[in-house]
Amino acid sequence: MSDTTVPTTGWKPNPRAARRRSADHVATAFGMVMAGILVLVLASILWTLLSRGLAGLSAAAIMKPMGPPGSSSGLANAIVGSLIQTFIALLMATPLGLGCGIYLSEYGAETNRFASCVRFVSDVLMSVPSILVGLFVYQVMVAPFGHFSALAGSVALAILAVPIIVRTTEDMLRLVPTSMREAGAALGATRWRVTLSLCLRSAKTGVLTGILLALARVSGETAPLLFTSLGNQNWSFSLNKPMASLPVTIYQYAGASYEDWVQLAWAGALLVTMGVLAINIAVRVSARRG
Amino acid sequence: MWWLRLPDNARFSSQSFSRMTLATATQTEKARDKAGVSPNGSRRSGPDTAFHLLVAASALLVLVVLGGLVVLMGVGGSQAFRTFGLGFAFHDVWNPVADLYGAWAPLFGTIVSTLIGVAIALPLAFGTAFWLTAMAPPRIAAIVGTAVQLLAAVPSIIFGMWGFFTIVPFMARTVQPFLTHHFKHVPGIRFIIHGAPFGTGLMTAGLVLAVMIAPFMTAVMRDVFAAMPNMLRESAYGLGATRWDVMWKVVVPWSRSGMIGAIVLGMGRALGETMAVTFVIGNVTAVGWSLFAPRSTVASLIALQFPESPAGSLRLSALLALGFILMLLSFASLALARMLRGDTK
Repeated sequence: MSDTTVPTTGWKPNPRAARRRSADHVATAFGMVMAGILVLVLASILWTLLSRGLAGLSAAAIMKPMGPPGSSSGLANAIVGSLIQTFIALLMATPLGLGCGIYLSEYGAETNRFASCVRFVSDVLMSVPSILVGLFVYQVMVAPFGHFSALAGSVALAILAVPIIVRTTEDMLRLVPTSMREAGAALGATRWRVTLSLCLRSAKTGVLTGILLALARVSGETAPLLFTSLGNQNWSFSLNKPMASLPVTIYQYAGASYEDWVQLAWAGALLVTMGVLAINIAVRVSARRG
Repeated sequence: MWWLRLPDNARFSSQSFSRMTLATATQTEKARDKAGVSPNGSRRSGPDTAFHLLVAASALLVLVVLGGLVVLMGVGGSQAFRTFGLGFAFHDVWNPVADLYGAWAPLFGTIVSTLIGVAIALPLAFGTAFWLTAMAPPRIAAIVGTAVQLLAAVPSIIFGMWGFFTIVPFMARTVQPFLTHHFKHVPGIRFIIHGAPFGTGLMTAGLVLAVMIAPFMTAVMRDVFAAMPNMLRESAYGLGATRWDVMWKVVVPWSRSGMIGAIVLGMGRALGETMAVTFVIGNVTAVGWSLFAPRSTVASLIALQFPESPAGSLRLSALLALGFILMLLSFASLALARMLRGDTK
């Protein structure tokens, strides 16, 4: 023990320790710089979005429909079109995603090869480039009928939403303890009743979170709508006709050379981002409470 | 309907389930009513089977959608594959006027812009995750971490617009003139920076992609780092390790598979990204080593040329064939992520 006591005189730092310490300093600086750069860049995006978006945002931008450049037009039909298409997409995706998620968690044991196949496919669908979904729906729903339609746009969005709902539904149902299922069965409930009234009800918050996340994901999607619902300069509520949507309008207007269109594009971008962020924040808050 | 037949083990488990329910004989009438059971106790009845079939059918539909996606893309592109053979992927001509198509120009653009994006995003994401988990004061870490997670959800078109209005002018006015002025005569670098200062190109696309995938990668990496048991970290500190020692010799080896998963997932996002890239790539179907000349990627080419391709034309088929190749690329990146993750667990 005596030779491990710290000598009071003539102590020199161990060169290895010094090297490790300087490596630590370098790494610390590196981490801070990287975090600083990332935060600054992201803040600059938000700042650009806010300053230019707020400049373009006005009552007219929200209340008036799209129009030719220079004619104090707005985004009203694009906003409504986006809401309609996302709503219908969720209407289609929710039952399908719930059904598939229930199948995977309640009937899809590890040994069930069909279920693991579906699970894998759902994962693949989640990472498929969204423009390919647009191409697919174009071939199935636009080319055969000979015209673009809002319904095709909704289907494309639904295809993107389903895998997210499937994944969260399955995960959330798996969190429901087996004893709950057994308790339901002990009361004599049939299996579908146990699944719907017990498991799904107790996993309600989580499943709802999945649906909201899917909503947030599809409401900003542009690429799948380009060849399906196409966009429309005028009001249209028919699902059988091309319909305007906010992201596609942003895409068309941002590249235009008219100053008022560019401003509207920024206003639209701000609206979309705020919507998506609001949904995500709502999810976070509800998750913390639940 | 053979394809709706239930898998063996599912039938077995539902049998064992109802056997279990039969074991509970003494129930009050009230509880039965609440649970919606008929008093005669026939439990493997119609509704149950119907429910099973219903959920199995929706699972099947998901399967069919992806199958249809792959098949239609392949069928639609078959004309192009037949006309140009397998060399389609490596021809560097994309000429709608002469009706000659090869995928190499957009494929090269996709691959190079993705690699640039990942190469820039990786240090950003790793450094930020390191800072967030090891250095930042808890309150600031919570705020920044949440902000980064939220930004991972921002639609890609926003990044495209930002790139178009901020990065493109910056590249055109500052970066490119600077590079041209100082490195014009350096042999190794000259051909990389060659090109008129348009501001668009692979480098700009890579930068925008990096900014887009960095928050996502940071969020995943932070989760992975935070999942490590604290005991390992504390033991290392107890042995006198510095912060960087802990990071590099304990945290990174422990979470290697998760980190690779984060990188590959970010790569997959960058591969198929359409909107963010279309704004800033310049959209010229040419092949060359210059990172600062207008180029195109698979997704941006599809987005731009698909609307002007008549149905049944060779051009449309070539675009669908491109889509098929992109599908394969994204599939391969997902499979790679799964494989790497599976190996180390």
